[in-house]
Amino acid sequence: MASKFTLKDHFRESRLVNGRLLFSGLLSVIIFGIVIFRLVYLQVFEYEHFDYLSNRNRVDIEPLPPQRGLIYDRNGVLLAENIPTFSLEMVPEKVPNVDETLKELSKLLALSDEDIEAFKDRVKRQRRFHHVVIRQRLTEEEVARFSANRYRFPGVDIEGRLIRHYPQNNLFAHAVGYVGRINERDMEIIDQKDYKGTSQIGKTGIEKQYEDTLHGSVGYRQVETNVQGRIVRELMSVPSQSGDDLFLNLDINLQRVAAESLGDYNGSVVAIDPRNGGVLALVSKPDYNPNSFVSGISSKEYSELRDSPDRPLFDRALRGHYPPGSTLKPFVALAGLELGVVDVHSKTYCPGWYSLPGSSHRYRCWKSYGHGMVDMKDAVSQSCDVYFYDLAHTLGIDRLHNFLDYFGFGHRSGIDLPNESEGLSPSSEWKRASRNQAWYPGETLISGIGQGFNQTTPVQLAHATATLAMRGISMQPQVVRATRPAGQADMNLRNSEIMNNLPMQNSQNWEDVVQAMVEVIHGARGTARSVGKDMPFKVAGKTGTAQVFGIAQDGEYDAETLERKLHDHALFIAFAPADKPEFAVVVVVENGGSGSKVAAPIARKLIQQYFGLKVDE
Amino acid sequence: MSSLLSDGRKSHQWQLSSILRRFHIDPLLLLGLLVLLGAGLMMLFSAGGQDFGIILRQLVRMGMALTVMIAIAQIDPDRLRDNAYWLYGFGLILLIAVLLFGHEGKGAQRWLNLGFFRFQPSEIIKLAVPILIATYIAERPLPPSAWRILCGLILIGLPSFLIAKQPDLGTAILIASSGLIVLFLAGISWKIIIGFLVASASAAPVLWYFMHDYQRRRVLTFLNPENDPLGAGYHIIQSKIAIGSGGLFGQGWLQGTQSHLEFLPERSTDFIFAVISEEFGLIGVAILLFIYLLVASRGLYIASQAQSSFARLLAGSISITFLVYVFVNVGMVTGLLPVVGVPLPLISYGGTSMVTLLAGFGILMSIHTHRRMMSP
Repeated sequence: MASKFTLKDHFRESRLVNGRLLFSGLLSVIIFGIVIFRLVYLQVFEYEHFDYLSNRNRVDIEPLPPQRGLIYDRNGVLLAENIPTFSLEMVPEKVPNVDETLKELSKLLALSDEDIEAFKDRVKRQRRFHHVVIRQRLTEEEVARFSANRYRFPGVDIEGRLIRHYPQNNLFAHAVGYVGRINERDMEIIDQKDYKGTSQIGKTGIEKQYEDTLHGSVGYRQVETNVQGRIVRELMSVPSQSGDDLFLNLDINLQRVAAESLGDYNGSVVAIDPRNGGVLALVSKPDYNPNSFVSGISSKEYSELRDSPDRPLFDRALRGHYPPGSTLKPFVALAGLELGVVDVHSKTYCPGWYSLPGSSHRYRCWKSYGHGMVDMKDAVSQSCDVYFYDLAHTLGIDRLHNFLDYFGFGHRSGIDLPNESEGLSPSSEWKRASRNQAWYPGETLISGIGQGFNQTTPVQLAHATATLAMRGISMQPQVVRATRPAGQADMNLRNSEIMNNLPMQNSQNWEDVVQAMVEVIHGARGTARSVGKDMPFKVAGKTGTAQVFGIAQDGEYDAETLERKLHDHALFIAFAPADKPEFAVVVVVENGGSGSKVAAPIARKLIQQYFGLKVDE
Repeated sequence: MSSLLSDGRKSHQWQLSSILRRFHIDPLLLLGLLVLLGAGLMMLFSAGGQDFGIILRQLVRMGMALTVMIAIAQIDPDRLRDNAYWLYGFGLILLIAVLLFGHEGKGAQRWLNLGFFRFQPSEIIKLAVPILIATYIAERPLPPSAWRILCGLILIGLPSFLIAKQPDLGTAILIASSGLIVLFLAGISWKIIIGFLVASASAAPVLWYFMHDYQRRRVLTFLNPENDPLGAGYHIIQSKIAIGSGGLFGQGWLQGTQSHLEFLPERSTDFIFAVISEEFGLIGVAILLFIYLLVASRGLYIASQAQSSFARLLAGSISITFLVYVFVNVGMVTGLLPVVGVPLPLISYGGTSMVTLLAGFGILMSIHTHRRMMSP
């Protein structure tokens, strides 16, 4: 195949390429020569300089961690502070015999085996961090004892550090959250330079959401250290910048009333100022003590919290999914009025059950012998299921879904806290997309009374209630009211943000629905009459009971015989005063049974507290 | 024909040289590589705090990489040429996949997780680019036409750009160089080369625009490290102190204070050259650099002896890229070049780049040992 022509060509090509190869080789030698010159410069001409830096006294750059911003409630009560602690620390590289030193130290300071194990574990994990903590929170006596013997322990020292402390303990556990040790996942997100010398970072709640605001910015100083690593003098320093303080909308008094009145029940209370979206109370029970997490929670304590069937670490206010039950009815009623399906006087007959045309299946009203003829206001105030079966059936699921969208059902409320759940507001499209199933008319009926697929979080329901109270002006829920940069006296108030202003054709519809909710509390046959007693103004509200356990078609719900965890969830939503709302509240009591008996009295206490009335015992 | 050869060899088939020949291994190249790998283990023992676990893990990687090298040496270079486009296309698809669903680590998206193991597609592309460009350019007589050069540049630019986007500027530079070196070796006229250099100098601002913040910070820090002593500047300041304090003869093996007192970051990986400089001084690193040059010159010799233009170009590119690798790392550690995060080849701790490097040397061995008699 090799013809004479290509052979000749090949020869020419190889000469060309070999020439270039030779050139590249020579160029490489020259470039390596430059590198050698650089090394000669560093290692021969500048040797004295670098040798001085490395050997006589070492220059070290020490980060100066910033002070974390403080967190206050709306009254200026401290919720998160920094308290000084002393910790025993070691630079293992500077200690001749780590095991021997630890043995000597444990004689002096009674280190437990667990301390030593944890320390060895930390040494393995922390590569670049200079100081490794042996034990935190030394007592003053221990500090004194070590200081007297310090000369015996080169490379070991006592460091004063500030650690986070939550003086209110459990009360703000879910809302404020806690800080914890920076882990590998955090390292990937943060700018590591900013966290030199800082060992803690916001893990949950406000502490996490406002990490950037609270953290501040790091400073550093150049210091000369002697061979043992002790600082001889400071060469220069750039101070750190403390983080901003936060002032929350949360009110410690409301928070207390909510937590105490929930008592042993699991559940959640959320209160919002509907005028600006300020979150006044945010409680999820059971709770935990955030201080346990600050200096590393023991694995035993952590697994107890994690494995408890009551799930205390779970923030029910933001992530608990509950069927809204009858608390959804005012919104469904408004949909009916607004879309012209019913008017305020339209009546429906309630015989105690409802059947779809052509079907014998009976959807039951909670009142088995029926409400008789009811209009919208009767249906809301007496919580008649049949009226809403009929209304939902006429509306159809998709019109209902689209209307509930305005109030944020099935969407995050946008509260300034991490990991909020979306809840679920079903539609035929949703069911097709997620389950690949057609929507059944019967499902529309139970959606109309807030059961079935409907899932809402307490925050979402509170946001919807506030929007209803404001007759359609939807304010973004905000936990943080203001920030204050370190060292300044003035706060920067956050602007409240209007998320949506619902278009309504007839503003009378709002008043009719609000009036129906007032009837719930002040009407002769309202389901929550106890709430209105001695109130100086009208309160609007709605009870709700969410089924946990399905009862057979002809079965009977009997609280006596059912286990508590199968009891219905009790819900209550309210706002006050009805005509000029300043306060909206949602109470969810898991397995509380009836909304009117368990949830409504809690909401009443919060209203009393907020308006400065005498709070029930 | 093969039976004839094996008959002739039967009598001395247990001799080392014949075993090496049988497995297509070039003894001189192997010797140079083993010296470098051995030096690497020695330095790793010191830089890694005398941890035998690290040494063991690195030994396992070396074993794997050497196996890959020997396996590739068995492949006839013509097979590489036949499959060049497939290899390149495959690598490119993986690169796009990594951008779309890659696993992020330390602010960069370089890894592809295949469930049972993770790997960096940029490693495949490191070899695919020179193989493809050498194939493409050698399809027609050399020197290449202007059109071929342009197409070649596009074929080089595409993966380099994707990798720079990950972002992994160091690897992008290495891959672009490996392709450009093929073009240079193919005999592009000097006029074009000088024009290209001028053009790329004026393209620097454009590159600046595409850089990530952390890369820009690194460039600025390179110009004035004191600006950022806690961040990127810390590396250079500490590494210069370590190198400088090594002096002419060094502090001795395992005696380097800077590296052992935790002053020097990344001392087992990208900055291991500073440890070598501190412990073995100018004499030690000069010898090390000389060994690198020897290994590369063996590669260049193999290139010059190759029988096809394809093999010549590929072997030349692999050898010179190896030196570029060394230069970029050493330049970075000594403060001549910006910190781009390239390991010191065959010495730094870490596996993926070592496998690719030795695979490249496997290709060199294959080129050298698969030569045929030109005439019967």
